[in-house]
Amino acid sequence: MNHLYNLIKKEVKELLTPASVLPIVVMALVFASLGNLTGTAISESQESSATLAVINLDPTAENDSYAAFAIEVMAAYNVTLVYNGTSASEIEDALQAMKDQGAAALLIFDENFTTSINAGEKAAIQVYWNMKGTGLFDSLSSAPVYNTLNVISSAITMELIDGQDSIVDAANATAPLVTYSNTILGDKEMIGIDPMTVSGLLDSQNMMMPILIMIIIVMVGGIIISSMGMEKENKTLETLLTLPVNRTTIVAGKLIGSASVGLVFGLIYMVGMAYYMQGFNLASADYDLAQYGLSLDLLDWAILALMMFMAILCALGLCMILGAFAKNYKAAQSLTLPISFLAMVPMFIVMFTDFNTLPLFLQVLVFAIPFSHPMMGMNNLMFDNTPLVYGGMVYLTVFTLATIFITVRLYKSDILLTGFRFKKDGSAMSLMKGLRRSRKV
Amino acid sequence: MDALVVKNLYKNYGEIVALDGINFTVRDGEIFGLIGPNGAGKTTTLRIISTLLSISSGEIKVFGKDVATESNEVRKIISYLPEDAGAYKNLTGRAYLDFIASFFADGEARREMVRYGMEVADLGDRIDSKVETYSKGMMRRLLIARAIMAKPKFAILDEVTSGLDVVNAFEIREIIQKIAKSGVSILLSSHNMFEVEYLCDRVALIDHGKVVLEGTPAGLKQRYGANNIEEVFTKAVSP
Repeated sequence: MNHLYNLIKKEVKELLTPASVLPIVVMALVFASLGNLTGTAISESQESSATLAVINLDPTAENDSYAAFAIEVMAAYNVTLVYNGTSASEIEDALQAMKDQGAAALLIFDENFTTSINAGEKAAIQVYWNMKGTGLFDSLSSAPVYNTLNVISSAITMELIDGQDSIVDAANATAPLVTYSNTILGDKEMIGIDPMTVSGLLDSQNMMMPILIMIIIVMVGGIIISSMGMEKENKTLETLLTLPVNRTTIVAGKLIGSASVGLVFGLIYMVGMAYYMQGFNLASADYDLAQYGLSLDLLDWAILALMMFMAILCALGLCMILGAFAKNYKAAQSLTLPISFLAMVPMFIVMFTDFNTLPLFLQVLVFAIPFSHPMMGMNNLMFDNTPLVYGGMVYLTVFTLATIFITVRLYKSDILLTGFRFKKDGSAMSLMKGLRRSRKV
Repeated sequence: MDALVVKNLYKNYGEIVALDGINFTVRDGEIFGLIGPNGAGKTTTLRIISTLLSISSGEIKVFGKDVATESNEVRKIISYLPEDAGAYKNLTGRAYLDFIASFFADGEARREMVRYGMEVADLGDRIDSKVETYSKGMMRRLLIARAIMAKPKFAILDEVTSGLDVVNAFEIREIIQKIAKSGVSILLSSHNMFEVEYLCDRVALIDHGKVVLEGTPAGLKQRYGANNIEEVFTKAVSP
């Protein structure tokens, strides 16, 4: 019994280390936050009534107008109207009011709305959707609008059934509305498509890019940290550092070599993932993103590739900093965990939400993690979100240079060979103190 | 000119004093041995001389070049072979030698350097096998070849025969003697006192970060009335 207890105790002690527990805790927190975010988004979409803008082009006298009746129904259904116009010339103003006040959509009641219903035909409502983001959760905000349209439809059906003599066509009486959707996202106006379809079309890239970047970052990070661990274990690093070549060249050689390998791996993965995701897009084959101006030109692809390369450089820089503390190959393995977290957090966030619809603290977090930028780069380039694209590139450049600078300093310092030392009182000697000792080598 | 001059060398890691004012000199063309118990500061000394670690205070000059301020120049004339060093396992022995040679020369000079390295390594056809397939003895021969093929003026060898069998250790010592005869000054550390006595012109004993003894093996044996350096060592470090 004692032997078994001792063995179990030993196993538990070996397995339950901060390095093994921390990842689990962080992952649990990430999933809990995402679950919370999902729950909030879903419950808001289910519970809240819509905020809308309305233009009624139906000239029929108010008492006889089904459009006026629909607007009354909306008021009874607690729909908040941010704009209520009656002329086609007001559409621009109504769209502006919708954007400014965050309304979900602009409903335009067709000029033949009442006439069509009275003729036993479907009455048209043109819907301009105000899509706030491209994330999976962002399309949920369209649910209250659909609910409102269903309420209007039901109310008109009941009105038609009450005055039975006017029923011409039972099918139209039970479904009296036809809607024509246009979606507005930022400065893009996409005619003939609703947010759910847009979101569906963008799903493949929303899923593909973050996963792809995460895989590449974790993979190349693992490669370089392991390589540093191996170099230390085999003492090839000591040989390298005593050759007549300056440390900056050694760091640059390691970074560029590994980043190039990472980019090649990334391109191979990208081709594979593209084919994989194609299988999910068959249902949306009728739509082509390019017809809505949602496509990338050669320059956009070049920017995206550059962002990916820079993100890889950032990852490698971080890994080389961490790798400097790895005493051997085994220790190096556990040091890849922080990089994996940094890649997974933005991956989950970017997959399900849009940067623009995130709370400020999450925006700061996502922006600060360099790997986020290529993850959301494709969407930002498509929707001409240039401040975020170029801001991201500037940030990536600064981050890359900072990590290279720190890495070179580490290569010039004792820390690379001696590791992180502790004072006799048990407190850690500061990294900066170690770095300050770096020599002119 | 002396090959190496170490003056008042101190090395601290926070509050831990690793080297406590070391002084010694290696003359041009001699083999100098650093001996001492584990943790005495031998490897730290060798790493500092090799420009791998910083100096807390003191001065080191290799053929007149300051290790702290002219480290790039120092690296051009030294060669360091760490204890238990390895090579890149996916390379062949020849490719490894060529990789190292590329930092010292180009063209024909580089090829000549590799040829000389292969001659020193004396691995026959196995020079074209991957390094990962080498035995410990073969690996050590390759690394010694790597260390001297660029014809450094000063070679630093840390526990060069550690872990080798009798035959391999003997062959490595032969190589070291040949290197010294070719005019290379050598600083080596070893726990093998017979090796030190056999190879070294002079010896320094380091204990607790200080040089406590220095002299020729014969002179030290005479001073302590000992039969060999191992006995000198034991008497010198015993409280």
